[in-house]
This record gives sequence, structure tokens and C-alpha cells, in this order.
Amino acid sequence: MPIGIKVLKRPEQRVSYVRAALKGMALTFKHMLEPKVTMQYPEEKSTADLRGAYALSPRWRGTHRMMADEQGRTKCVACGLCPQICPANCIKLVPGEDAEGNRYPLIYEIDEFRCIFCGYCQEVCPEEAIHVGTHYENAEYSRDRFVYDLERLGAQVHPVSTLWDPADPRGE
Amino acid sequence: MTPDVKGFLLLSTIKMLLVFTVLMIGVALLTLMERKVSAWMQNRRGPNRVGWAGLLQPAADGLKNIAKEETFPASANQLIFTLAPAMAFIPAALLSGVIPWASPLPVSFDARLPLIGTVSYHGMLSMAVVDLPVGFLFVIAISSLGVYGIALAGWSSNNKYSLLGGLRSSAQMVSYEVAMGMSLVPVLLLTGNVTFSAIIAAQQEGLWFVLPLFLSFFVFLVAGFAETNRLPFDLPEAESELVAGYHTEYSAMKFSMFPISEYANMATVSAMVVTLFFGGWDLPGPWAPGPGLGLTLLTAGAMFLKVLFFLYLFMWVRWTLPRFRYDQLMALGWKVMLPVALGYIMVTAFAIWALEHWVGVASPKLAMLILFGMNLLLAYGVFYRLDRGVIVSGSFRPPPPTAPPHRPTTAPAGGA
Repeated sequence: MPIGIKVLKRPEQRVSYVRAALKGMALTFKHMLEPKVTMQYPEEKSTADLRGAYALSPRWRGTHRMMADEQGRTKCVACGLCPQICPANCIKLVPGEDAEGNRYPLIYEIDEFRCIFCGYCQEVCPEEAIHVGTHYENAEYSRDRFVYDLERLGAQVHPVSTLWDPADPRGE
Repeated sequence: MTPDVKGFLLLSTIKMLLVFTVLMIGVALLTLMERKVSAWMQNRRGPNRVGWAGLLQPAADGLKNIAKEETFPASANQLIFTLAPAMAFIPAALLSGVIPWASPLPVSFDARLPLIGTVSYHGMLSMAVVDLPVGFLFVIAISSLGVYGIALAGWSSNNKYSLLGGLRSSAQMVSYEVAMGMSLVPVLLLTGNVTFSAIIAAQQEGLWFVLPLFLSFFVFLVAGFAETNRLPFDLPEAESELVAGYHTEYSAMKFSMFPISEYANMATVSAMVVTLFFGGWDLPGPWAPGPGLGLTLLTAGAMFLKVLFFLYLFMWVRWTLPRFRYDQLMALGWKVMLPVALGYIMVTAFAIWALEHWVGVASPKLAMLILFGMNLLLAYGVFYRLDRGVIVSGSFRPPPPTAPPHRPTTAPAGGA
């Protein structure tokens, strides 16, 4: 038997219906007086701040963000690993090369509709350029706005995700 | 018409409009209250976006329901399908007219009004729209009509779930109607009258009937839950089995009429419980002012609070108890409630007769106190039986006393 099945016996006699009903009523009444758990969404939001009342997990994988180096240039070297590993095939990368031989992305687009937010792109990136972030409010008025280009990815400021580390599975 | 008749008609019309308006607004707010109470009991907040604390939520719901498309099932009986929501609602609305909502108001005026002419009214103005001499008999008769709306809604939808819901509702409501009617006989015995005003007067003189007639109150309350199809007895709806029961096929405002009638029924049943067993508008304590507008307003407030408590009880129970199984429902109705109500009639009748003729208790208060003592014993007995699950657990059959445990027989030897 693969799963343990516990068959609960239906109580058949000497069952206290009245007392059980009253106990239930007392329980629901107690719950009426307890603090409410509903988050008042537009006013209260989940944040990456772990001390907040509604904390996002630091491993939350939301929409992407492209990091820049100290000179403000994008960190991406257009190595092509992220479009290679992307299981949803949602990253479009056209590499370019400047006069000094430094590679950079000419076009870097992520289709957030196709993205499955697995975080592999962040994991695979040797330059720590592309990240998934702790961001979740992504509504737009048109579908084509969901293809994030390089400029838009670079303009994001939300905290990035700390991916699950197999060497430290509990996040210690 | 004489000015007196005109005055009576005018005041009756005003009362009618007032009661109907208050009932409809109350029903709208009850839907909000239901959602709020359910939310609180589940540690949620409930609707709080439309208006202050969600107070305009019923208006938004109503607008939505009016603006929605009305659908007719192709094979439904169009006429009855359209009429059924009204048939469910009208009895519920009718009943609110006979319940006295406050103490009688002394009114005395002569006035000349345009178009109407001279109107006058002198005397105590009952705060029921009409203080019927048949009293609660009317209520029982009319509340039985509510089953037509639900049964016909289920039948005319031409849908198997609706039909099952309608059938269940008719069986359930007819069953509990019997217990409900029987549970009111002791009230009649104790009062000697069926009008609400006389019942309230008797309670003012003695005790609130919930004490001397506790078992009646209990049976009436349970039957009231069943009559209004509220949760421990909401088998007509039974969304886990019947989609939405009798109103599966309804949409828009026609659907909305069913919840409206359910809440109106709840309000009238609560008002009935309060009037029959909790003194109606009676204000306990010596600090009630003399007859006048102040007393009427105060008693209306007392009535409101009492009714509100029972409305809350309806919701409280709904969000606590699970639904009965169908056979449990029928067993409870016919095997518990009806015998209890019938037996209670006998016991009460005997007790009242004995108190009057053997003991000769003159004061109604003392007589009711003695009845209360008797009720404590009876209630203990009844609840003891209920509590042991001897009656309600419908599916229980005691196992045969000396049945040996079943063992698989070994295969007979020698089979080729």
C-alpha cells in the first residue's frame, strides 16, 4: 500500500450532539473576537523586508532586473548562457562587440508572458547580470508591454531574489 | 367615508410603507451582516470597500443583479418560472405586517388634508400594520405558502438538481410546519388567545414565555431554522450535492429574490420568536416611561435588539454547524420535534389545569414560575435523550449481541 490510509470510524452511539453543537458555537464566537488575518491589499503590501507583517520570501522569483556595473554599463557580456538554459525560451539575445573587443548585448528582451520564473537565468549568469526580483505587481494595459527590453530591465530597482542554494538548503 | 375611517386608512398606509421600507432596507443590510459575521468567524474582515465599512455593499450587489442578463432555460415553464420568485417573496413580506413592532402609540388628531379631506384618529394606535384577531394562526398559514415559491421554482426550472431541491424543500417545510404549529399550542394554552397583543400582554403580566414554555421555544426555534431553509437544514440548496438546489437556473434579479425572501423570512421568524417567547416589544425593568412616543420608540428599540440577536443566532448557527443528512433531517422532524411538541402540549395542558383547579394559584407570575421549574426538569430529560444520540443518529443500528467475528473460510479440500 503506497499511502497510509486511516479509516475514521463514524461515531455510532453515545454521541453528544447538543454539547458538540454548543462547543462549535463557542469556538466560532471565539474566532469572531480574534484579530483578523486579511491583508488590506492596496494599502498593505507584501514586501521583501523580512521584518514586515507581510514578508515575501527572499527566494521569491518575480520579474527580472538587469544589474549594471560601477560605470553604469550593463553587466551582461552576452555570453548566451541564459537563452540557452531558459526552459521557456523567452529570452532573446543578440550579442554585439565594441572596438576593444568587449561583448555586450545589442538586443536583450525577456518575454515575461512566456517566462516561467524558474530563476535559471540568474543561476547560470557568470557575471551576475540578470536577476529575478522580489516584485509582483506587473499589470499592463497592452500585451506588448510585457516584453521587457534591456533599458526596462536595467531601470528596475526592486530587490533581487536570493535563489535557493543547494549547499545551504535551509538558508542558514 | 367618515373621517375616522379615513384616518385609520391613512395611518395604516403609513405603517405599511414604513414596515415595508424598513424590512427591505433591513434585508439588504442583513446580506451584509451575514457576510460580515461569516468573515469574522473565519478571522477575515468581510466586505469593507464599498462605502464606510462596506455599508453600501448591498446597494452595489443590487445594482449588479439588476444589470445582469436574465436567462431562461429553454425547457422551463416560463410562466411559473417567472412567478416563483415572487411567490417565495410575498409570504415573507406579508408576515411582517402582523407583528407588533412597538408598544401602541396614543394618537389623537383631526386634520384637513388636500385631496383626502378631513381625517381624524383618536385612541391607541397598534404598531402592527394590522393587529389581526387570528394572530399567529395567520402567520402559520401564510408561512406555509412560502414552500410554493421554492417547490415551484425547482419544478419549473426543468432541471434535475432544481427539482430535487424543490422536492426536498417541500418535504422539509411540510414536516417542520407540523412541529412548528404544535409548538405554538402551549402558547395558546397559556394565553388563552392567539392575537399577538394578547400574548405580549400575558408576558408582561407574568414572565417571558421562554421560561414557562422553554421546550416550545426550542421546538419553534428549530422548526424556524428549517422553515427558513437556514444552514443546518438548508437541504433545498445543498450546494455540495445539488449545485444550488431550487435556484440553480435563476439569474439576475429573479435569483436575488430568493435570498431576499430568505432573509425576510429570517426577520419574520426572529420577530415571531421574540413576540411569542421573549416578550415582544416588552421592555423589562421598572424604568419604562408611560404610554407615549417615548415608550413606543424605546420599545421599538428593544424589539429591534431582540430581533437582531436572533438574526445573529441564525448566522451564528449557519457558520458553525454542518448540514444534516436528509434522513437525519426527517428523523429529527418526525421522531423528535413532533413527539416533543405533542407531549409538551399534554404536559402543559395538564399542568395549567392542575395549577388552576387543584393548587389554585391565582397569580400568573407564580404559575409561570412553577411551569418554569417543571420545564427545567423536562428540558433536562429531553436534552439528555438528545445528547446521548439515541434519537438523532438515524443510521445507527445496534450490532447483534453475540455475532462471531467474520473469518474467511478456508478453501474446501479436494476441489479439483
